[in-house]
Amino acid sequence: MESLTLTDVEQKYYSDLFVYCDTDNTKKVASNGKVLDLFRAAQLPSDVVLQITELCGATRLGHFGRSQFYIALKLIAVAQSGLPLRVESLNSVKDLPLPRFVVAKNEQEARHTAMYPDLENQGPYQGVIPRPPARGQVKKVSAHEVIQPCVPTVEPQPDTTSPVVSPHHSPPTSPHAWRKHKRQASGGNVERPPVVVAGAVWTPFRESQSGTHSILQTVSSLFQRIVSICYFPLNVSLANEIQRQSSSGYDDPWKITDEQRQYYINQFKTIQPDLNGFIPGSAAKEFFTKSKLPILELSHIWELSDFDKDGALTLDEFCAAFHLVVARKNGYDLPEKLPESLMPKLIDLDDSAEVPDQAPDVGYSGSPVEVTPNKSPMPSLNQTWPDLNQGNEDTAIVHPVPIRMTPSKIHMQEMELKRTGSDHTHPTSPLMAKPPELSEETKLATSMKFVTVNSGDGYSSSDSYTSDQDPITSVVTRQRSNSGTSPEGLKVVAAPPPPPPRPNASHSRSSSLDMNRNFAAHPTGPQQSGVVACPPAIPPRPLPTQTSGPHSGHRSDEGLAAHSTTSPQQIPEQPNFADFSQFQAFAASDQPNDDGEKHPESLPSTEGAGPLRTVKIDNQEERAAATVNSAKGSIMAPPPKPVRRRLKSEDELQDEALPPKSNVIATVLATLPSIPRSVGKDKKAIQASIRRNKETNTVLARLNSELQQQLKDLLEERISLEVQLEQLRPFSHL
Amino acid sequence: MAVCIAVIAKENYPLYIRSVPIQNELKFHYTVHTSLDVVEEKISAVGKAMADQRELYLGLLYPTEDYKVYGYVTNSKVKFVIVVDSSNTSLRDNEIRSMFRKLHNSFTDVMCNPFYNPGDTIQSKAFDSMVTAMMVQAS
Repeated sequence: MESLTLTDVEQKYYSDLFVYCDTDNTKKVASNGKVLDLFRAAQLPSDVVLQITELCGATRLGHFGRSQFYIALKLIAVAQSGLPLRVESLNSVKDLPLPRFVVAKNEQEARHTAMYPDLENQGPYQGVIPRPPARGQVKKVSAHEVIQPCVPTVEPQPDTTSPVVSPHHSPPTSPHAWRKHKRQASGGNVERPPVVVAGAVWTPFRESQSGTHSILQTVSSLFQRIVSICYFPLNVSLANEIQRQSSSGYDDPWKITDEQRQYYINQFKTIQPDLNGFIPGSAAKEFFTKSKLPILELSHIWELSDFDKDGALTLDEFCAAFHLVVARKNGYDLPEKLPESLMPKLIDLDDSAEVPDQAPDVGYSGSPVEVTPNKSPMPSLNQTWPDLNQGNEDTAIVHPVPIRMTPSKIHMQEMELKRTGSDHTHPTSPLMAKPPELSEETKLATSMKFVTVNSGDGYSSSDSYTSDQDPITSVVTRQRSNSGTSPEGLKVVAAPPPPPPRPNASHSRSSSLDMNRNFAAHPTGPQQSGVVACPPAIPPRPLPTQTSGPHSGHRSDEGLAAHSTTSPQQIPEQPNFADFSQFQAFAASDQPNDDGEKHPESLPSTEGAGPLRTVKIDNQEERAAATVNSAKGSIMAPPPKPVRRRLKSEDELQDEALPPKSNVIATVLATLPSIPRSVGKDKKAIQASIRRNKETNTVLARLNSELQQQLKDLLEERISLEVQLEQLRPFSHL
Repeated sequence: MAVCIAVIAKENYPLYIRSVPIQNELKFHYTVHTSLDVVEEKISAVGKAMADQRELYLGLLYPTEDYKVYGYVTNSKVKFVIVVDSSNTSLRDNEIRSMFRKLHNSFTDVMCNPFYNPGDTIQSKAFDSMVTAMMVQAS
C-alpha cells in the first residue's frame, strides 16, 4: 500500500473509527461487518464503497487492517468531497474533510456534534489546550500510543461545518487524543476517546469506572473535555477548575453538574427548540431508546422523571431522565424514587445558565404541588388518606364510614375548627371556646371513644377502629366537649357556649343529680349502676326520639326507624343534653345548684312548645347520632353537626332525668383510666385498649338500656314542666 | 385489604394479576376469570346509553363463602377486579371504591409512560408498590 499521510486530526479520527470497528478488539483488524456498516453510513453509492474497499486493499487481504481501514476512510472522504477515487488522491488531496458517516449508531456523536458544531473550528488544535491530567479513571489508550503510524503533521484542519450528524464532532476527545499524541510521553492519561459509536459515550464511562469514580466524575470528565474544548479552548485554568470542581466530591450522587446540565439542555434543544416546551412522550421514547437501555429500565426512568405524569417531559424532567440514563449506563442502579436533586422544582431553581425566560419554567414545575398524592413518587402514608377521605366525604353523612385519618390531621382540623370565627351558626364555634380543655377532654374521651366505637352496631370494623381510635376519639371528644361544656359557658341562651372542662361538668352534673333526685324522685339505682364507663363520645342517638315518640309524632318515628340501631349509643349523650339545659341555667346563675330553680328559669328561655322542642331535639339528636355514627372517623362534617345540635338542645332541653345519666358518664370518665392515644402506639397497646373498651362496652350497653327507660320517664316529666312553663310565662314576664 | 387484584385488558386477558397468599394463586386466577362473566353481563346491561349512564364502579360482582369479588370497568373496557377475603370484616363500599380509584390512577400513570405499549403486562414498579400496599399484609 502506498504510504498514507494523514493529518493529526485525521489520524485520530481514523483511529477512533478503527477502534469502533474493532469489535474484536484485536487492534489490528477491523471487523468487516462493522466496517461495511460504516461505509454504508458514509452514504456513498455501493459501487463506490466497493471500489474503495478494493482500492484500499481489503479485498486483497480479505480483511481490514488498520492501514487498509485508514485508506478506506480517506477514500471515503475523497468520494464524499466529490473527487474521483484514485489511489493517488490519497495523498495528493490536501485539505480533505474528514469522511462523514451518517449512521444511527453515531447518534451519540450526533449529540455531541450537535452540541459542539464549532468543534471543528478549533483550528488551533495544535493550540495549546493542555488537557487536564488524568483523573485516575483512564484506561490506557494503548491503541493510540502504540500506533503512531504517521508523523503528526500539524495542519490546520479545514473546517467543515459538518451537519449535525457529522461524526466530525463525534470524538470529542479527538483533539484530546491529538494532543496526547503530541505529548506522546504523557502516558495513558486521557480517557479512551469515546469511540464514535453507539454507546460510545457510554462505554468509555463504564470502562473508566475504576476506583473512586462517581458517576459525576465520569460524566463530568467527558463534559470537561467537551466544554474545555469547545467553550474554553484556550482557557487552561478553567478546564482545570472544572475538573477540580467535578472531583471535589459531591455528596449527592444524583446532582447534576453545570456541564451536564448544559449538555442535557442542548440535547433538549435538538428535540424541542423551545426550552419551555415539552418533549412529547414518543419523541422522548425514541431519544432514550438510543441509549440502548432495556425498555423496562427506560420505563422505570420515565416513571421516575415524569414528575407530573403528563406523558411529556419538561426541561427539568428531561434532565432528570437523561441523568438517570447516564447513571444507569454507568452501572448505577436506578433509585426507587426520584432523588431530591432531580426533582423538577429544585432543578428549576438551579438552572440559571441557560434559559432566558426562566420564569415560566419555574412557574410550571417549580410548584410544590407537583407532589400530588396520587402521583408523587415519594411514597407517603398520606397518599392513602386523601383518597379515603374523599371517598368518605362524598358519601352521605349518614353513611357510617370510617375515615382513616392521622391524629395530626385530626388535630389540625380541630385547631382549624377552633380557629374559625365565632359564627353563631358555625357549628364549630363551641370548639373555639376552650381549645385547651379540648385536649383534656380528648384524653378522657379516648377511653370513652373506644367504648363507644367498639359498641358500634355494625359500624366500622375493628381494624378501622384501631386506626381510627384517636381520630374518632378526638371527634367524639369534640362533640362531647361541646355538649358537656357548652352549656356551662352559656351566658346567653343562643350564644355558642365555651365548653367548660368536663370534670366540672361532672361535678355540676352530680350536684344537679342531687337536685334531680329531689325533683324527679327517681331511683338512683340505675344511676349508680351506670358507674361503669358510659361513653358520652357518640352524640345521642334518636333515643330521645324514641322516648319522645308520643311527643313528637312522626318525626321521632322517622328518627327512630332510621337510627334504632344506634339507640344504645344515644343514651350516653342524653345526659349531656340534659346537662346542657341545666348548665345553661347554671351558667346564668354561675353555679349549678338547684335544678328546680333553674328549670323554671331555663324553661322561659326555651320558648316554644315543649313538643316542638323535643321534636327539635329528637331531630338534632338523631341527626347528630347519624352523623356521628356515619362519620366515626370523618372529622369535618359530623362534628359540627353534633355540636350544633347540642347547642340547640342546650337551649331547649329540660330533661332532669338526663343529669343522672350524665353523672354516670362523668363518673365513668373519672373512673376510666386515661387510655393513651392509640395512634402511634404499639399494636399491643391498641389491642389492649380495644379489649378494655370492649369490656366497658358491654357494661355500657347494659347501662344503656336502663338509662333509656329513665330517659323516657324524664322526658315525660320535661314535657309536663314545659307545659307548666307555658302557663306560667305570661305571668312571669309581665 | 384485598387478597387478589387483577387488571384485565379489553380483550379479557390479564395485564396484571397479583394475589397473596401465593399458594392459592391459581384459585384466585380462576375466580377472576369467572368474575369476568359477571363483568360482561353488567356492562352489557346498560345497553343504549353506553358510558354515560354506566358507572365505572360495578360493585360486588358475586360473593362466595370465602371471599367477595368486586369489579370496576374503565371507559376503555379495562377491568379491575379485586378479591377480598370475607372473613375480613366487611370493608366499606367506599373503601373498595377508593381502592379502585387508586388502581385507576396508577393504571393511567402506567399508560402515560411512553415506554409502555398498551397490551403489555404491567411491569411498573410504582404500580406494583401501590398494589402491594393494598393487599393483605398479614400473611
